[in-house]
Amino acid sequence: MSFAWAKQYEPQSAFTKWLDEKLPLPRLVFNAVGAGYPVPRNLNYMWNFGVLAGFCLMIQIVTGVVLAMHYAANAQVAFGTVEHIMRNVNYGWMLRYAHANGASFFFIVIYLHIFRGFFYSSYKAPREMIWLLGVVIFLLMMATAFMGYVLPWGQMSFWGAQVITGLFSAIPLVGEPLQIWLLGGFAPDNAALNRFFSLHFLLPFVIAGVVILHIWALHIPGSSNPTGVEVKQESDTVPFHPYYTAKDGFGLGVFLILFTTMVFFLPNALGHPDNYIEANPLSTPAHIVPEWYFWPFYAILRAFTGDLSIPFTGIVLIPAKLLGVIAMFGSILLWFVLPWLDKSPVRSGHYRPLFRKFFWFGFIPCMIVLFIAGGAPAEEPYVILSQVATAYYFLHFLVILPIVSQIEVPKPLPFSITEAVLGKDKAPEAPRAGTAEGGIAGTLPEGSLQPAE
Amino acid sequence: MATDTAATNDLSNPEGVRRRDWIHIAALSTAGVGGASVLFPLVSQMAPSADVLAASTTEVDVGAIQPGQTIKAAFRKQPLFVKRLTPEEIAAAKADDNAPMRDPETFAERTRGKEDVLITMGVCTHLGCVPLGAAEGENRGEFGGYFCPCHGSHYDVVGRIRKGPAPLNLMVPEYTFTSDTVVRVG
Repeated sequence: MSFAWAKQYEPQSAFTKWLDEKLPLPRLVFNAVGAGYPVPRNLNYMWNFGVLAGFCLMIQIVTGVVLAMHYAANAQVAFGTVEHIMRNVNYGWMLRYAHANGASFFFIVIYLHIFRGFFYSSYKAPREMIWLLGVVIFLLMMATAFMGYVLPWGQMSFWGAQVITGLFSAIPLVGEPLQIWLLGGFAPDNAALNRFFSLHFLLPFVIAGVVILHIWALHIPGSSNPTGVEVKQESDTVPFHPYYTAKDGFGLGVFLILFTTMVFFLPNALGHPDNYIEANPLSTPAHIVPEWYFWPFYAILRAFTGDLSIPFTGIVLIPAKLLGVIAMFGSILLWFVLPWLDKSPVRSGHYRPLFRKFFWFGFIPCMIVLFIAGGAPAEEPYVILSQVATAYYFLHFLVILPIVSQIEVPKPLPFSITEAVLGKDKAPEAPRAGTAEGGIAGTLPEGSLQPAE
Repeated sequence: MATDTAATNDLSNPEGVRRRDWIHIAALSTAGVGGASVLFPLVSQMAPSADVLAASTTEVDVGAIQPGQTIKAAFRKQPLFVKRLTPEEIAAAKADDNAPMRDPETFAERTRGKEDVLITMGVCTHLGCVPLGAAEGENRGEFGGYFCPCHGSHYDVVGRIRKGPAPLNLMVPEYTFTSDTVVRVG
């Protein structure tokens, strides 16, 4: 899908004409990321993170496939093969550090990408499908990262696997048999390690497939933009190539500087030193924590310390462990319904003053507290902090957001992207399909987003 | 801000080379150098790792081998035949130096220095089986050396192919005697 003024692909040589007839791949590329895809001209750097995430996926797959040539997923030797990679394989140390830090950077990029979505309401119609696919990608990423961390078979690998697979036993009735089936045993051991390796190798390709759907779904309505006002006319857009190939290329350069600095100078800064100790099922580490990118969700899991029971009787309705599991998964599954929770007709946070206050002074501090509490030991004051922050998290999405989105008075939107960028806009020459006349400059055209009454 | 494309309005010189060509070339060259330098370790990691290279030499003590006896060792995960030749075998091999054979080689070329020691790979040059003749009582073929049972290749006392489908003599690896009795192969 493209806008009416998009440049058409024109094959020049005999070969490209032949190829275009038989398998129009160059046309696909031209229409997707080339000069044939018009994009709003006012995208800021928060729009770089999608491309960066795709790049991270590529880094992980390349380094991962190459590491898999030297790694063995057998509990007797797994730890040893990772050390073999670090010490014997040519550039093995670099590939291992690139893959481990690549995972961290993948999550940094994806969190910034998601937070862009939260602030600019990218999930709103007509882009709900892109958002849903994105949440699916995030869940797949979490599964992949979790299983990948188990593979070196260090202390944190083993005990992290123990904790997370142990969550399944919280499910009533089927929990314990399910856990045993998942592990292929009674505790994480060779069976679990082998299947985790197989699935860890598989899932990134599943992610790649969902990413293709995600981009395809995006290219139907085209990108949103920082004003939240949809594209109306040619002057609102620029062709993706060369403008956004250049901007994304620059962003990629900055990303790679930061990434290579970590890989070469601070390669173990984001990791846990206990994972350099071989897994020992008989010795639990002092504090079991997952990798940093899971800390907010770990805080939510551990926040529930009391059973949900009927007061004054001994009857337990939902045990604390199960409450934690439900809350942890719920905190992400909640994102699936976000397009329908947020009722504001205005997209961008720039034009929603009340929403912005709750976003920066409520939601962001809440996430920071959850992050810190998740990485800390399960002691006071972190327990009470994670409980308050968890409460606010759910309050924010389920109560605050729907109410604020309906009662707030947004700032007036610009007429068009052109007006937002240039300061003024003559009446559009070729309006989007659906309006008969050109509309009047300075007013909102019919059918466009209006502030709530 | 930059809403008009100023591509052709800048101070370009008469040939039409634009200022932005410089940054295009610079950026793409840097990306190219970056890409090539990423490619190098990805290719190099498949080359033998340090532990494989460390295991790439084998030491054998030939002092205990009796004349007429052959021992089997391993060299780079493949069989190595280390043979002590009897004076009769040495004479027979030298006599055959000019006999018609598929892969002509002299006795001196194959024993390199120490006359009574023959070091060859235990891999038939036809399709890779391990020939017989190293252990006591094994079939030594018509030429008294090694015999490959897979397709009937006969090697003589110094491992030259004399009959059968093998194209080359048994391979003599690089070796040096580090002492009178110890040889380092590879």
